[in-house]
Amino acid sequence: MRVLLVLPIVLPLVAAGISMCLFRRPTLQRMLGVAVMVAVVVTSIILLVRVDSDGVAVTQLGGWPAPTGITLVADLFSAIMLVVGTVMVLVVLIYAIGQPGTSQTSPWFHPIYLVLAAGVAMCFLTGDLFNLFVAFEVMLSASYVLITLGGTEDQVRTGMTYVVISIVASTFFLTAIGLIYAATGTVNMADLAGRLADLPDSVRSALGLLLLVVFGVKAAIFPLFFWLPDSYPTAPSPVTAIFAGLLTKVGVYAIIRTQTLLFSDDGNGTVLLFLAGATMVVGVLGAIAQDDIKRILSFHIVSQIGYMIMGLGLFTVAGLAGAILYTVHHIVVKTSLFLVSGLVEHLGGTGLLRRLGGMARRAPLVGALFLLPALSLAGLPPFSGFVAKLALVQAGLATEAWLIVGVSLAVSALTLFSMTKIWGGAFWGAPDEPLHHQPSDVRLRAPRLMVGATAVLVTASLAIAVAAGPVYDLSERAAGELLAPSAYVEAVLGR
Amino acid sequence: MIVVTALVVGVLYALGTYLLLQRQLTRIVIGLALMGHGANLLLLLAGGRAGRPPFVGSDEMGPVADPLPQALALTAIVITFGVASFLLALAYRSWVIDRNDEVEDNVEDRRIARLADRREEAP
Repeated sequence: MRVLLVLPIVLPLVAAGISMCLFRRPTLQRMLGVAVMVAVVVTSIILLVRVDSDGVAVTQLGGWPAPTGITLVADLFSAIMLVVGTVMVLVVLIYAIGQPGTSQTSPWFHPIYLVLAAGVAMCFLTGDLFNLFVAFEVMLSASYVLITLGGTEDQVRTGMTYVVISIVASTFFLTAIGLIYAATGTVNMADLAGRLADLPDSVRSALGLLLLVVFGVKAAIFPLFFWLPDSYPTAPSPVTAIFAGLLTKVGVYAIIRTQTLLFSDDGNGTVLLFLAGATMVVGVLGAIAQDDIKRILSFHIVSQIGYMIMGLGLFTVAGLAGAILYTVHHIVVKTSLFLVSGLVEHLGGTGLLRRLGGMARRAPLVGALFLLPALSLAGLPPFSGFVAKLALVQAGLATEAWLIVGVSLAVSALTLFSMTKIWGGAFWGAPDEPLHHQPSDVRLRAPRLMVGATAVLVTASLAIAVAAGPVYDLSERAAGELLAPSAYVEAVLGR
Repeated sequence: MIVVTALVVGVLYALGTYLLLQRQLTRIVIGLALMGHGANLLLLLAGGRAGRPPFVGSDEMGPVADPLPQALALTAIVITFGVASFLLALAYRSWVIDRNDEVEDNVEDRRIARLADRREEAP
């Protein structure tokens, strides 16, 4: 059990070191990356099954008991996120291997990518606030390198925005940790849950809101989202896909974890619901004006984050279950949409809608791979997005939060509009300003690995819709644990 | 002593924030470094007053210094240092590409803003 908690972090890190030594042997690098990530996925799935049957899993690093030592802990929520996250890392890695250009040109792609995987796993598994900071830094440092790997002018310019805003958020995080330690004398999250409750309300609210700002920047919630649509689209497609699928969701995970475990009695629900509504609306309106597929999708990441925060803001089991289900659905669907947009760019030579057209005729398979997750993102039945949104809306109606339910439904309609815009621009009709070197009636063929990896994800999102019952039950159990954290606290502190 | 340190932390944050709002990359990098220093000092401050070294078996009397914030600050310093050097490399790359130290506007954003302007002028 203990080793299961350590492996998802240690395996990719060790492999990253070996991979770096193999920089002259690209084939070996690829085999190593895939083999290690398969091992990590298997470990995470075993961990999820064990946590579901035996309850919260804990290990104390270095043998020091909590709260002295660093704790690794997995409850159902972190185990679910870990499984979904590592599967995404594996699938996108396979896609990257299949894409001509990304992983071949730089020998450093594979090692850095594995470091990113380790950082993400550590974020989900840590039970210590300072260790969470370190995990964020591991993940972000890797992402800084990945987003600027090509070193082109665009990448340097947008990468700069991304790096600077992330460092500012990290400095705030460090500040929050310093203040929390000064107030309570501990950074262990389970220990904090008890000690923060003894603080005066005003101090606790200030600390809670400071952490909300920190994770809000990472999760790109309103009004801290402006860096995201700027920086994501310039990176290579697999990098954008994994960022879109995972990095902001790590921020959402941290928000949900801290708000439920540490600051649940603060009455932040209304604030969160307002932020959720504003995030949804601003994100979706931003998307409407865009012309580049990846920029449209990037604005939609922002909009979708609102739904997850909405589920949290309701502070009920049903709401949180909806939020967890939505996060799982979103990670899968968003990653696959970005992978498809990579395919479109690869085939059409550009991501600009005014230069694309007729893709549905020339590459019907890619068209189908776009259409399924796009409809799912908009929340049409019978796809996974419908199931997740239904869960959220029902939870909202149960607590009589009419306004946010109305906003969420209106935003769904606007999302559908954006998706039809991409469909009409890239897959139907003729390009407005065609790239002259392309004949318009030739069938286009994408590399098999790229299409295969995308197809796997699209199938996974359909599977979530088919298995909606069991997946929702699992989310509901995870949400129950989040709202009654005594089991988590007892497991970590051993009392 | 604690008041003085607290003041220094405040000044470092203020200067860092001011520099961060400038348009030159070098100033932004220095601003981030200053804010990082402020945060590290704050961590040290969070441990409370200075005391004797926290060694097992030491014969000295009196209150013990809290070692944990120092360990945290050490980790944070290493991370800030690494990230700052990456940022410098990036700023250098930006200078090599276009011999310009300024933060630039996003091209696509400008284009969409121009579209909106044109529509307002059109009728």
